[in-house]
Amino acid sequence: MKNSSSSEQQPAIEVRGLQRRYGPAGPAGFDAVRGIDLTVRRGELFALLGTNGAGKTSTMELIEGLAAPTGGTVQVLGHDPYRARALVRPRIGIMLQEGGFPSELTVAETGRTWSGLTSGARPVDEALDLVGLLDRRRVRVKQLSGGERRRLDLAMALLGRPEVLFLDEPSTGLDPEARAAVWRLVRELRAQGTTVLLTTHYLEEAQELADRLAIMHRGRVVTGGTVAQVIADRPSRITFELPERHGRHQDLSLPPLDAEVSAEGRRITLRTPRLQATLTELLGWAAHHQIELGGLDARSASLEEAFLAIAAEADNDNDTDTPALIGSAR
Amino acid sequence: MTTLTATAAPARTSSFGRLIALGRAETTLLLRNRTALYMALAMPAAMVLVVHSMLKQMATHKPDLDQHATLISAVAGMILMFVVYYNLTAAYVGRRIALVLKRMRTGEATDLEILGGTAVPSVILALVECVVLGVGGAVVLKLPAPVNPVLLVLGLVLGIALMVVLAAATSAFTKTVESAGISTLPIMLLAQLGSGMMIPLEILPHQLATFCRALPTTPAFQLVRIGWFGTDGSSAATDFLGTWAKALPHLGLAVLWIAVAVWAARRWFRWEPRG
Repeated sequence: MKNSSSSEQQPAIEVRGLQRRYGPAGPAGFDAVRGIDLTVRRGELFALLGTNGAGKTSTMELIEGLAAPTGGTVQVLGHDPYRARALVRPRIGIMLQEGGFPSELTVAETGRTWSGLTSGARPVDEALDLVGLLDRRRVRVKQLSGGERRRLDLAMALLGRPEVLFLDEPSTGLDPEARAAVWRLVRELRAQGTTVLLTTHYLEEAQELADRLAIMHRGRVVTGGTVAQVIADRPSRITFELPERHGRHQDLSLPPLDAEVSAEGRRITLRTPRLQATLTELLGWAAHHQIELGGLDARSASLEEAFLAIAAEADNDNDTDTPALIGSAR
Repeated sequence: MTTLTATAAPARTSSFGRLIALGRAETTLLLRNRTALYMALAMPAAMVLVVHSMLKQMATHKPDLDQHATLISAVAGMILMFVVYYNLTAAYVGRRIALVLKRMRTGEATDLEILGGTAVPSVILALVECVVLGVGGAVVLKLPAPVNPVLLVLGLVLGIALMVVLAAATSAFTKTVESAGISTLPIMLLAQLGSGMMIPLEILPHQLATFCRALPTTPAFQLVRIGWFGTDGSSAATDFLGTWAKALPHLGLAVLWIAVAVWAARRWFRWEPRG
């Protein structure tokens, strides 16, 4: 894995046993990142998901080289991003969670300044055009809307045609149209070979964009893989309402099903690994008994469900040092 | 095996180029900040008048006081204090609060370049004001040519370096731009009262004067005075060579205090607001 391997085979990002601790040793301090491993291949779009406070941004800052890890190693394009900052920075682009551009400068002045700080910068207007801000170039940053500021931030991250792009919650605060435009842009960049590491709150964003993802919870990666892999072991869900139990429905009870059944009043939820078979049995039973299933809804596992379930499971597994789920991480 | 993927290396930014980019942005910001601009332009001008009339009064009690030499070194000191120290402390705090410093650190600029780039307009403005003061003073007061111009420039350079580092250190103890007026007060007062700006050191009792000469902000201002007039007021004026001997203790002290300030800035400076 030294100089002998070509840069094509080397992963864009390689993280091993990464730890980050704030504050002093002992209970006064806080472990934000508790030993995570990640590999992001070249040209891949990797999403880092997690609840608030899971350690996503802390992890991003270590990979971006903004801070030194308490433990473990980070390699970005084959170099330590913190110690070899001068080697790594010209090849990456970073979009932080919050802007950080002086409010009294115009969009064009911000671009000019950032261009002076960026090796091989593309023309400022080209970068502004990519995010649809060209017609706002004479406007001061303080007069931009929240969404426009996010797009300015993205434009500055793209200025140096980065090989690896870091996006910390890129679409937070964007209206649906602007979000769709950002997704389109990110897909285009990926198609051109840019490696992208992004964090997001929006699970559909990850489902839509990511080649692979990792879900973080309390400073650890609890599961990872492609979207299909992450949701593979998750049950599908069927919900419906049973009619009231009177008259001919007096003795109503469900047939034996390959599902975990939970009831909330008359509303029944089935969680099943075999959606089609279970649904067929259920519908057959309903037809046989001439029962109307109110508000029937059947859906395959989604990333959102997987995410919520994982967060809940990890919470139950509170204070042990090795959460049960870490074993299933791919 | 041949490789077809050799692409031309993109134009790399240079340290100087990055400093220029940052300094240009910071200059635009200063020109758009009326309060800061007013402080930087009007305060030193007002101080010339204040110090001038104070010295006139003091001279009635102490006729051998060199009013011109004291005025020049005092006002040069004022310029450094207001234009570099105060102004830059507020600028560092403002950029930190707006997360500008944090954002800049995601780019190619080094930490020193970011701090230096932010200081560019303050430093240039202070130098311009010192030149205006020097030339104006020389013409109006019919002053002699500086005895040791090298020492004069060295004093200004060391003074500016100290102010920049002190501003970085002070910004660590300043939460808002508005409170920079308070957080800079201790060093401002110490400099004005103890570094010969409001009260010429030669009219103080000997021991107190010696103490004041050891204060952080005194040595650089004294170097300016020795460089121009050949003495810091504690003894008779000498020539070019003689000024080096006189300047040596001040030079040593100036470097020592800068080192202390650098240590403090490195220890306490913050790149982003406390979470």
